[in-house]
Amino acid sequence: MILEGSARIFGNNIDTDLIIAARYLAETDQTELGKNLFRDLRPNFLNEMKKGDIIVAGNNFGCGSSREHAPLAIKGAGISAVVANSFARIFFRNAINVGLPIFVTSENLDSIEEGNIISVNALDGTLVNKTKNKTYKFDPYPEFLLNLVEIGGLFNFTKNRLEAGAKNA
Amino acid sequence: MGKTIAEKIFSKHSNKDVKSGDYTLAKVDIVLVNDITGPLSVMEFQKLGNIKVFDKEKIAIICDHFTPNKDIKSAQNVKMLRNFAKDQDIKHFYEPGHVGIEHVMVPELGLARPGYLIIGADSHTCTYGALNAFSTGVGSTDAGMAMATGDTWFRVPPSFKVEVVGKQKKWISGKDVVLHLIGKIGVEGANYFALEFCGEGLKNLSIDDRFTISNMAIECGGKAGIFNYDSITEQYLKDLGIKTPDYVEADKDAKYENSIKIDLDVLDYTVSLPFSPDNTTNINKLEKTYVDQVVIGSCTNGRISDLRIAAEIISNNKVKDGLRVIVLPGSPKVYLEALREGLIEKFILAGAAVSTPTCGPCLGGHMGILAEDEVCVSTTNRNFIGRMGHPKSKVILASPAVAAASALTGYITSPEEVI
Repeated sequence: MILEGSARIFGNNIDTDLIIAARYLAETDQTELGKNLFRDLRPNFLNEMKKGDIIVAGNNFGCGSSREHAPLAIKGAGISAVVANSFARIFFRNAINVGLPIFVTSENLDSIEEGNIISVNALDGTLVNKTKNKTYKFDPYPEFLLNLVEIGGLFNFTKNRLEAGAKNA
Repeated sequence: MGKTIAEKIFSKHSNKDVKSGDYTLAKVDIVLVNDITGPLSVMEFQKLGNIKVFDKEKIAIICDHFTPNKDIKSAQNVKMLRNFAKDQDIKHFYEPGHVGIEHVMVPELGLARPGYLIIGADSHTCTYGALNAFSTGVGSTDAGMAMATGDTWFRVPPSFKVEVVGKQKKWISGKDVVLHLIGKIGVEGANYFALEFCGEGLKNLSIDDRFTISNMAIECGGKAGIFNYDSITEQYLKDLGIKTPDYVEADKDAKYENSIKIDLDVLDYTVSLPFSPDNTTNINKLEKTYVDQVVIGSCTNGRISDLRIAAEIISNNKVKDGLRVIVLPGSPKVYLEALREGLIEKFILAGAAVSTPTCGPCLGGHMGILAEDEVCVSTTNRNFIGRMGHPKSKVILASPAVAAASALTGYITSPEEVI
């Protein structure tokens, strides 16, 4: 999987209230949720971004509430992936569960600027800033999670288990 | 090598020996959802086919966030959950008349017990660590799938030991303890860790103080905030009719990846300034900070002892002119106790509004939204940008004692200043 798009730069501790404010949470459709992505933090974000863009963030992206609406809103707005130095744990689970590609790197991403063209290669574990011709490595997924991602997330994992005779099958 | 409480609970629920860092499928004792996260869980569950939940007595659907339903979409969501609960014969479905804030209510119902493994599609599910359970927040899909299988995957977390020593002075509460802790280690200081609370100082922390502390473990990234079991836990459970629970102790040689000591002797009133729970200060270091609204309630501080403290300070006084004070008892049980003890009357005579139990303003849902540039001192748990309303409003997190004292003066105030 290779994803390419313009970088959209965010800082540290981007909480899920900033990603999608609670006043929009009665909604469950990801496209509708996407219409209010980052409403309070960057009111003009949806006009600035294009489909396929990649969020580049610092530490603890997605901290705060457990709302799965956060990765859904990001997906629904057309963002193709999120790269960060670290993710809050519930957001990390949710992103994997809803199929939003996320990547963790310990490398310093400060030189990536807003609008730089970047590409993420999930197979060889690299992030390339094409604008500045600079390559970064990201951390591989642990084996358990890689399997989960490869079969298409927790829903498929569960469906397979039920069919194989786990409870309720 | 000895085991932490977290490692022991995961080993028991995985039916194999696991240690920190291991991935495991573990059985869960309770699966919890609310009216925001539940609809997504149910939609995912229903996509699995025409199946039954794994155990209709081990699922709790608590409609507390936007209830009493604040708009048509919220009403539709609760209707969908109500129908699902009926179809599946779910024992624990609650809406107004019977509903409290989930993390106040689940312990009251006896659904959280020592040694349990609990997941909830709400980040403050970590609250039940106060009762020596491993309980943690997950997403809607996680909860929806666990409703089908009765288990889910976990990475067993490393543990972060919090040793509590000393004895706090009057009016200092669990809220000051946890805000102090978050200020010390930062909002991701315990990311992916299980906080484990121990030490001789625990005997000075009531069960409600502990609920408050465990509740906010997530605000420093904690996956759980688990207390040692002791006579205080035992008494609380006994009052609920739960005897001799299967509690869990850490081994003497358990391995902790980090540790911190908190000395209650020197703890002062602690508040978190906008826009992060770790932006803490002691109130004696604070310039005069005026507020427009005071909120007393939430899954963090909506329990009976929180209301007792607030009522004692507010009693026979008047809320400062021009200030709005909103008190939200955390559950019908808390509301009734407060009513019978005369606390509700004290609040109303002082000029405070008393609400039905709801998460309400804490997450900017309803029942107390802030306008542009307004400031609220609140006993809730988050002060992110726009958390309680307008993106240019501000929330300052504080204990019930500080919130109540501030209600009388209109600025952030210590209880001593008004008593």
